Amino acid sequence: MTFEKFVFYLFAAILVFAATMVITRRNPVHSALFLVLAFFSSAGIWLLAEAEFLAIVLILVYVGAVMVLFLFVVMMLDIDLATLRAGFIKYMPVGLLVALVMAIEMFMVVGPSNFGLDKVPAPAAQGPSYNNTEELGNVLYTVYMYPFEIAAVILLVGIIAAIGLTMRKRPETKFQDPSVQVKVKKADRLRVVKMDAED
Amino acid sequence: MIALSDYLILGAILFSLSVTGIFLNRKNVIILLMCVELMLLAVNMNFIAFSHFHGDTAGQVFVFFILTVAAAEAAIGLAILVVLFRNRRTINVEDLDTLKG
Repeated sequence: MTFEKFVFYLFAAILVFAATMVITRRNPVHSALFLVLAFFSSAGIWLLAEAEFLAIVLILVYVGAVMVLFLFVVMMLDIDLATLRAGFIKYMPVGLLVALVMAIEMFMVVGPSNFGLDKVPAPAAQGPSYNNTEELGNVLYTVYMYPFEIAAVILLVGIIAAIGLTMRKRPETKFQDPSVQVKVKKADRLRVVKMDAED
Repeated sequence: MIALSDYLILGAILFSLSVTGIFLNRKNVIILLMCVELMLLAVNMNFIAFSHFHGDTAGQVFVFFILTVAAAEAAIGLAILVVLFRNRRTINVEDLDTLKG
């Protein structure tokens, strides 16, 4: 067993373990943290497949942003775990059955008999001057220019939708209106009262 | 050397696990969202493997777009979840029967 193969199987074992933990933990916070572990180990596997840029992006975007958002929401909600957990055992057999049938079907399609090393030979390793980021950028900004811009618009829609959904105005909230503050005149604040001097 | 089938089988296992997760945690919306993220990861794994073995960057570009859309989806999904919890005080899927579907 070569070192490359050892690293692949190590990361794959950690990935499968983490995925199992994600779906079986009682506490959603633990699930989110195991999902972080799953993302980290799949980033390692992507590095082995020479997709360096996407491996880094997976950690930066997924672990750094999406999973932090997940953890934030999980910790903010005060949920009753016991009722959410009900039916876990009840649905276990049918879930396992469906997953097992699906897994066996997929093994028959993607197994070594169809996609083994003899059918799809491994590509030669890239030289030290190969730059995955440059390669990806070269096609992303030329061939895939319009999809790239559409992706930017989708992100914008995501921002606006998330803010629009969660923003609310509470009537009892006190807030300042800067334009009114700036437009204020002396007469609005100061009143000079004439009165006779007392003896 | 690692064969293409190794990557594909890993993706298949990951996908099956997330399907099981959707069956097991069918009441908890947060875990359902996490299972969807795991599914997308499994799909991305296949794209990366095929891109590597066929020497074509198109697969990696696709993964790039999937990551973009998944990030937007997670943001909107969690925003809906927060609004839901604020209005109904629950995230149990079975309590969401106002539409009588």
